[in-house]
Amino acid sequence: MASRRIRIKRKALSEAAGRRLTITVLLAPAILVILLLFMGGLITGFLRSLGYFPLIGLHDFNFNAYTAILSDNGFIRSFIITFHIAFTSTLIAGILAVASAMLLRPAFRGKRFVQFIFSLNLTIPHLVGAVGVLYLFSGSGLISRLATAAGLIDTPAGFPPMVNDPWAIGIIIQYVWKEIPFIGVIVLAILLSVGEDYESVARSLGANRWQAFRNVTLPLIMPGVVSASVIVFAFTFGAFEIPWLLGTTFPKALPVLAFESYTDVDLAARPQAMAMAMVIAFMSSLMIMAYMKLSRRYVRS
Amino acid sequence: MTDLKNVSADQNTELAVPVSSAGSGRRFRLRIFGRWVGITGLLTFLIAPIVPLFIWSISFRWFYPAIFPTEYSGRAWSEVINPNNDVVGVAWNTALIALVVTIFSILLGVPAGRALGLYEFRGKRLVEWLILAPIIVPGLAVVLGIHVLFIRAGLSNTIPGVILVHLVPTLPYMTLVMSGVFANYDTDFELQARSLGAGRWATQYHITLPAIFPGVVVGALFAFIISWSQYVLTLLIGGGQVQTLPLLLFGFVRSDPAIAGALSVVFILPAVLVLLLSSRYLSGDNAAVGGIGNI
Repeated sequence: MASRRIRIKRKALSEAAGRRLTITVLLAPAILVILLLFMGGLITGFLRSLGYFPLIGLHDFNFNAYTAILSDNGFIRSFIITFHIAFTSTLIAGILAVASAMLLRPAFRGKRFVQFIFSLNLTIPHLVGAVGVLYLFSGSGLISRLATAAGLIDTPAGFPPMVNDPWAIGIIIQYVWKEIPFIGVIVLAILLSVGEDYESVARSLGANRWQAFRNVTLPLIMPGVVSASVIVFAFTFGAFEIPWLLGTTFPKALPVLAFESYTDVDLAARPQAMAMAMVIAFMSSLMIMAYMKLSRRYVRS
Repeated sequence: MTDLKNVSADQNTELAVPVSSAGSGRRFRLRIFGRWVGITGLLTFLIAPIVPLFIWSISFRWFYPAIFPTEYSGRAWSEVINPNNDVVGVAWNTALIALVVTIFSILLGVPAGRALGLYEFRGKRLVEWLILAPIIVPGLAVVLGIHVLFIRAGLSNTIPGVILVHLVPTLPYMTLVMSGVFANYDTDFELQARSLGAGRWATQYHITLPAIFPGVVVGALFAFIISWSQYVLTLLIGGGQVQTLPLLLFGFVRSDPAIAGALSVVFILPAVLVLLLSSRYLSGDNAAVGGIGNI
């Protein structure tokens, strides 16, 4: 009896050990690569931002780079314009995405075709969208030409600056264009899986169309909207190529400023570039935390 | 899966009409009209930026304020196809890098996704956070540090270095997609196959692979597209020595819109192809969509 119990116990133990081994073997390669590249890059960047550069004899940690960028008016202006770009794009894209999903929810003729065109932007690279926005909205762009033909303006200079402009309108248009389908597809899936029953009940109880949407549908889709928006905000805050193509020379978007400081011939700018990269990483980790907190709150309620 | 939803929705067209508005026909017609105006406006906005790219690619003279080109030509396209200009070579280069990145993402991401989707274990939240972080943290925030490491390792300005850095967005993405696939996967079929005498590899090949195949394909297609459209990671790690299509395109945007237009069309093609191939599996509750913010 006793020996049998021991054998079973040993078997259970070895099963648990085998399971742990399986999990480790499955996870180890991927985790190792992500640790080496992502965490390695992040930590190296952080150390460099603190002035640690053993190759040229700098072993002391300091906050010089951070105090330098925080007291630099150019950096502050860059931070503000970058926040404006990310916040405004996310807000507009979020609202329009919910509206689009509501438009595309009911059955109608040609729905499959419309849905395909709607999701087309999901895979089209940002850079192509940026080039398209440039050729559409620049002073000599297609819309400016249409405005000329309509007699609204006489010269390209008469067209309001929407590309490389101080309000970052071109950048925001590009992000909204790209992210409406991203948020919209996620919202549409929730709408379809929830169905229209709750809304119908609210309507039959006397709620009008807006009240049913505001008090029934919106709370149901909100978790999806928020999680998608968090990803969009983090992306638009740290994306490089779109502000590089469609942004102004001053103030530059933060990722552009960081990249240019890093590739600057003046090596003294390197720690500052790293510090800016850390600011971007910090903002996105704030997003991750906000995301987790919000999603918990929605789950609870 | 989405098809089923659509079919059932199609059959319920009449039911989808709100009951309360059935009373006043004019208001209902007005609402239908409003819906179509909205949909038309939406689609116009979504297609609009792509249109000038196609027109530019076949234009020869297109000066302000002409709405359409005054002269058309195949110059841009013949230059893009011309073997002496190496656009084809760069496109192949881009595709090859993306292919290797995808293969590595599959090899590492599928097992990791299996562990995350099937098992509960201590430290799982930490692992999930580690997978999620590279998806949310922008590439620029880490690539400067990676560049420093790669210079020391002799990987900067090389194709292997570019392939490695492309894994930063693609591998977590693939892992995430696969953990979603394995969360809905039943291991009992594997046990049955094993108890019926199938070996470890035979089970993997005949049981596991067919079950997860659609998920792997969709994840792989999107990993390919993520790598295919990388700009700043390639620019910094490749250091100008590794040319890819997005870098080439960027160079022509201001100097030659016709070439830039043609290159954009070439650049879009795989993206559209991927969407056509995977649209059947793409619904928003699918993890495959969640990571597309990276493209």
